[in-house]
Amino acid sequence: MSSATLPAPAAPVLPDAATGFRRCDTTGLSVCLAAQKFIKLNAVAAVVFLLVGGIAAILLALTRWQAVHLLPVDWFYRILTLHGLNMLIFWILFFEVAVLYFACTIPLKAQLYSKKVAWVSFAMMLTGALMVNTVILQGRADVLLTSYLPLLADSKFYLGIILVAVGTLIGVYNFFATLYFAKRNRTYEGSMPLVTFGATAAAIIAVVTLLHGAIVMIPTFAYSMGWIGQPDPMWYRMIWWGLGHQSQQVNVCAMVAIWYLIANLSTGAKPVNETVCRGAFVLYILFINLASAHHLLVDPGVGSAWKIWNTSYAMYLAVLASMIHGFTVPASVEMAMREKGYMKGLFGWVTSAPWRNPAFAGFVLSLMIFGFIGGITGVTLGTQQINIIAHNTLRITGHFHATVVGGTSLAFMAVTYYVIPLIFRRDFIWRGAARLQPWLFGGGILLVSLGMSFAGSLGVPRRDYDIENAGIFGPAAHLFLGVMGIGAITAVVGLLLFVVLCVGTILFGEKNNGRAMADWGTAKAMVGSREGSLAHDHWAMKGTMALTGVFLACFAVYYFANWKALADVWPVR
Amino acid sequence: MSLAIPDRDWYKAPAGAEKLWIGLALLWCFVMSVMMPYWHFRGKQNSRGEAYAVQPASFLERTEKFAAANKVGERNGIPIVEPAPGGDAYLIGRMWSWFPILKLRQGETYRLHLSALDLQHGFSLQPLNMNFQVLPGYDHVLTITPTSKGEFTIVCNEFCGIGHDKMIGKILVE
Amino acid sequence: MNNETKDPLLKRLMDNTWLLLVLGVVIPLISYTLWGWIELGTIQPATLP
Repeated sequence: MSSATLPAPAAPVLPDAATGFRRCDTTGLSVCLAAQKFIKLNAVAAVVFLLVGGIAAILLALTRWQAVHLLPVDWFYRILTLHGLNMLIFWILFFEVAVLYFACTIPLKAQLYSKKVAWVSFAMMLTGALMVNTVILQGRADVLLTSYLPLLADSKFYLGIILVAVGTLIGVYNFFATLYFAKRNRTYEGSMPLVTFGATAAAIIAVVTLLHGAIVMIPTFAYSMGWIGQPDPMWYRMIWWGLGHQSQQVNVCAMVAIWYLIANLSTGAKPVNETVCRGAFVLYILFINLASAHHLLVDPGVGSAWKIWNTSYAMYLAVLASMIHGFTVPASVEMAMREKGYMKGLFGWVTSAPWRNPAFAGFVLSLMIFGFIGGITGVTLGTQQINIIAHNTLRITGHFHATVVGGTSLAFMAVTYYVIPLIFRRDFIWRGAARLQPWLFGGGILLVSLGMSFAGSLGVPRRDYDIENAGIFGPAAHLFLGVMGIGAITAVVGLLLFVVLCVGTILFGEKNNGRAMADWGTAKAMVGSREGSLAHDHWAMKGTMALTGVFLACFAVYYFANWKALADVWPVR
Repeated sequence: MSLAIPDRDWYKAPAGAEKLWIGLALLWCFVMSVMMPYWHFRGKQNSRGEAYAVQPASFLERTEKFAAANKVGERNGIPIVEPAPGGDAYLIGRMWSWFPILKLRQGETYRLHLSALDLQHGFSLQPLNMNFQVLPGYDHVLTITPTSKGEFTIVCNEFCGIGHDKMIGKILVE
Repeated sequence: MNNETKDPLLKRLMDNTWLLLVLGVVIPLISYTLWGWIELGTIQPATLP
């Protein structure tokens, strides 16, 4: 079937449980059984917390949509806390650990370093997450995801987060140890594959993230127990965002690695230039974490130089990295499609791409939403001065729903359409619904993001139960909150469908042991085409050039429009 | 092939369209890198984070003294206070109100001291949509020049407890 | 290819996971965390004129 587009198996591996490996019937790769077990455990946990966060999401959206105003005030803030933690921390981190276990074993034909370590990691993460969710639902942690001091939660809130952070760090240790031994035992020769390299970038950033988590949460926990005095609230903000934002940068690396993976599995795409892609990941590793500063741009105490240097990701070198991936990922697909013979015009390769493949559709939607909406708004809002007209408004929330949800979460959902057939070895049920799911979720989130962003531009605050009390928000603001509400309903339907599909498939899906997975749709090479035929044509990716050209134009327009909007407010310094 | 070990000679310089894009992106990044320092020196809206350490009780005392000395009216029990043009003005955020109501003159520059007494608050001035963070223990100073007249609303946009959405203030400019 | 020739610097960096880990941790810790900590630590007391 799709063996024409997938790597040939390397050294033969006995399909024998005694060796700890099995041979994948679709790709021919050798799968470490221990890694497989923990990929499954972490992926399942991730989806459970996604569900919790998703239920919270619809309750919140139907409350901020003032016409509905579903929850009472105390439950609004409680559910908002639940939503933030389950979506930004639990769903994402559990899934990421699964991605890490995949990336350090299967592409390298390596064995997971330690099952015991994996169990400890999983147990700590799960215990921590359950502890946090319990204490939130008990009403003892109405402090929101950020838990800004002097707001104070029950000690178990902080303890739970510490457990999740340390548990994740232990999983990351397992990842690095696996890489180390794979190299030492020469399970592979040469440089690691790109997907593994992207996962490594994610793991490195995770270390920075979790270090900050420890630095901020341990004293705060101690304070909540009455053992020490209150840590300074501004210091807390700065260190907390070293945890909070950098955890999302882990997501970015994982998401980009997944883009390359799905592009490869669905169209046979391979990077046009490995150096460029890896170089971009290196820029992420070195500089992306600096931009946690963009949460503190209108704060007291940290000065202009610190703000400007850090929020710029070191003169935008990490933004350059994102823009590079924004080119190389579509370019790899375009080149693969053109080599297969899909050469018609500028975008013939797009229309002939395997859109019926939900992994492919999800991947493309993720890339477009992340790039065009999330990336452009993020860099703009993260400009020191422009932040003045955006901080703590719904513009911020609109931005990160495009990146973390439309980008990362949708990419994670997309790759699941391969993970379950390949790792759980069950073909999906309800394939028609599955093909629709990424569009529901992606389309819904797009509306959520746009609704929020426009409302925020009108001054509507984030994290606010009832804007009527201000007496200043008119029909336009309400319209956009309504758009957000409609988008949220659509997205949550997409989310629930995803959960049902996953659970249903894991329980009832047809087993595919001994044969290749049911193909969602893989780009087929046309008769007479030859792989590698365009390898020396460095200008063949004309569709991608057009796309990125449009992107750059949108970026410039949006960016300078915001400077103009800033110039219209009162002078301040 | 992203899942496979790359060829031995994978390391090579970018070429063609990729190289062009990297160049364009780098240029764009350079433009953006220059904008912030440029605006810092030549632009009128900046957030320098000028701040001083203060005890909430001291800030409250100073603000009450300022309000008493410059009071020109009252609205709903909150004093309307007119600071001297070019002078210092004080504004407190506390659960769940802003104190006092400032009355400013268009075209005059003030040093606005913002602080909180209890939790973090968000100073969000509407409909201008100017937003700054307000923390207890920090005297956050904004050197600000109202260039438009009217009645402006302060919405708190940092979560500060159950009454957060009712924390609304006013600034009047004549 | 001459076996004596070392790989270019960037390639060696990209192949060195441990160096990337160290740099990836140290650079933000200094640029963001330490510098920020110092900024906050050097705040002057208010004079409240």
